[in-house]
Amino acid sequence: MSELNNTQPPQMEFSDDLRRRNLSGRIWMVVFRLSTVVGIIALVTLLLNIINQSAGYVHYEAKVDPDTLRVDGIPLEEQSKEQLMSVLQNNLSSGAYNKLDRDKPFAERDRGEVYDLVFDRVVKYKVEETWLLWDSLTHSREIKASVPTEQSGTELKFVVWANWDFLRRQQSSDPVLAGVRTAILGSLWTISITILAAFPLGVMAAIYLEEYAADNWINRIIRTNINNLAGVPSIIYGILGLAIFVRVLEPFTSGTLFGITDPTTANGRTIMSAGLTLALLVLPLIIINSQEAIRAVPGSLRNASYGIGATKWQTVWSHVLPNAMPGILTGTILAVSRAIGETAPLVVIGASTVIFFDPENPFSKFTTLPIQIYQWTSRPQDEFRFLAAAAIIVLLAILLTLNATAIFLRNRFSRRY
Amino acid sequence: MVQPQSKTENSHYVLEAKNLEIYYGSFKAVTDVHMNVERNKITAIIGPSGCGKSTLLRAFNRMNELVSDSSIRGEILFQGQDLYASNVDPVVVRHRIGMVFQKPNPFPKSIYENIAWGARIHGYKGKMDELVEYSLRQAALWDEVKDKLNQSGLALSGGQQQRLCIARALAVQPEVILMDEPASALDPIATLKIEELMQELKKNYTIVIVTHNMQQAARASDYTAMMMLSKDGERSGTVIEFDETKHIFTNPKDKRTEDYVTGRFG
Ligand SMILES: Nc1ncnc2c1ncn2[C@@H]1O[C@H](COP(=O)(O)OP(=O)(O)O)[C@@H](O)[C@H]1O
Ligand SMILES: [Mg+2]
Repeated sequence: MSELNNTQPPQMEFSDDLRRRNLSGRIWMVVFRLSTVVGIIALVTLLLNIINQSAGYVHYEAKVDPDTLRVDGIPLEEQSKEQLMSVLQNNLSSGAYNKLDRDKPFAERDRGEVYDLVFDRVVKYKVEETWLLWDSLTHSREIKASVPTEQSGTELKFVVWANWDFLRRQQSSDPVLAGVRTAILGSLWTISITILAAFPLGVMAAIYLEEYAADNWINRIIRTNINNLAGVPSIIYGILGLAIFVRVLEPFTSGTLFGITDPTTANGRTIMSAGLTLALLVLPLIIINSQEAIRAVPGSLRNASYGIGATKWQTVWSHVLPNAMPGILTGTILAVSRAIGETAPLVVIGASTVIFFDPENPFSKFTTLPIQIYQWTSRPQDEFRFLAAAAIIVLLAILLTLNATAIFLRNRFSRRY
Repeated sequence: MVQPQSKTENSHYVLEAKNLEIYYGSFKAVTDVHMNVERNKITAIIGPSGCGKSTLLRAFNRMNELVSDSSIRGEILFQGQDLYASNVDPVVVRHRIGMVFQKPNPFPKSIYENIAWGARIHGYKGKMDELVEYSLRQAALWDEVKDKLNQSGLALSGGQQQRLCIARALAVQPEVILMDEPASALDPIATLKIEELMQELKKNYTIVIVTHNMQQAARASDYTAMMMLSKDGERSGTVIEFDETKHIFTNPKDKRTEDYVTGRFG
């Protein structure tokens, strides 16, 4: 008190220019809102662009006019299975016909399958012309007038490219027959390996770094560098994966250690290599996210546990981990979402672009959705770009499912009180 | 550590601090502390903020060493035996000397689990239901929660949460309970309940309580340690006077104690 008495009070004059302060606040708000709008516009444009390419009119021309395939004057649609088989026999070379029989004996195929075969192998619709969704909706009359649909063998159909058959079918060089089953399975296999490898490793490393590691310079360097690793371009991980998993660990990643001697995969360019490479890629992210989740567990909770004589392990296992789990899971799923969309590292370690059989185990050759999309977009024909758009929709659906799972898990874990 | 040694079997001191210094890194937070804690008594530690009351309290059950960089010099004896001897496991220390914190911190689990978890990790062999009821009764909480044992401990009021934390500490059968301003976050009625509870508990336990509330120390404690920053400019706290509570409050030897307890400090 006495101190204050001896000092001269400063001038107490204020010019509270309220109008100006409020104005600058309002201007900033407009700037913030504009930034948000730019982001939203970009997102909507992207989505509309994809949707625009994912459906529309398609003009098909048959290689063989179905009308000419009548048996005793009966059109294809009404023919029996035996009649359809005779159509196949008459129009395919006997070698091709026998191969079909070997793939799956005709006795086991039902009429629908044989009917599909006739169209896939004999009639062979070819895409003549395609239209975008927007044009199909706004110019449908002109499109319909331009295609001579009355001509037999010419068809105009409204096609949604991302349809059930698209999901079900395997790769094909014919856009009418091509599907993403191989790529979806490849992506799912790869990502399963990634999760199985990266999640336990990442969480355990995070526990060690947060709970056990002393705060000395070695550990500080390690921590800093994990953060740096998270920013390393993914292609570097591809090169690393190529060196380690494809080359050095080849006996393991090609499956020869486990008695799998498929000559096509013996070079180690397998799902296992891809999954482990992506695991390396997401490991730093998982560690960082888990560390943050563990750090966010309040100290009072740890004290409560230590205060009644719990050991460190009991404290971590019963209190720290359960309370950090929602954050750990969310972080992991976000990291995994990133891995699902990765293309570059998989190209480096040698994902196959063309592959006609499903992956059967972690030691199979594989392709993934982003690689399939990349491959389709680099084709000159329009219809492959539509397929790519459809595949992008499938990829987005998988990502949304993953994120929904993250939210679900988070809510489930946090609801326990 | 488990049994009192023969040489001190007749000593009625549960805890003895001798020439105690506590450091955070190179900063000496507490210096030159001598005090004894008597069995089945309530010992209060009072003093201005930042003088090291919590630090001293945490040293009594080795919670302090959870702060990286902290260290002690000098000696703390628990039932005559060195608490910091190299063969003593801090986990055992914290089992025997429990702690209740300033802010109620129940586990985010059910009321039942809050009590049972501690007993379980120490390998409790008896009937858990009975232990839970007994502990909650000891903490004067049973009647309020007996119908909602499966509800979250966090759904209770602040005062109830603090008594739950006391019950949790009791459930592992400690000998000493350290309380760091256990009522400072509570309203006066809840505070009074905690004080009544302490009077009950001291029949079976030894209690050390940090408080900044003079009336509480005067009302509730048997012994009082007055802490203050030592004068040597080191900003280290020390116990400047330790005596029966009635002497501290009616007839203090140190002028600073007198100023503090009569509110004339500073
Ligand atoms: N974890 C810590 N690390 C470093 N310094 C600490 C820590 N905890 C307390 N201190 C310091 O020790 C001194 C005593 O603190 P504390 O024991 O909390 O005092 P009180 O409980 O009497 O208010 C203070 O100067 C405080 O800044
Ligand atoms: Mg304190």
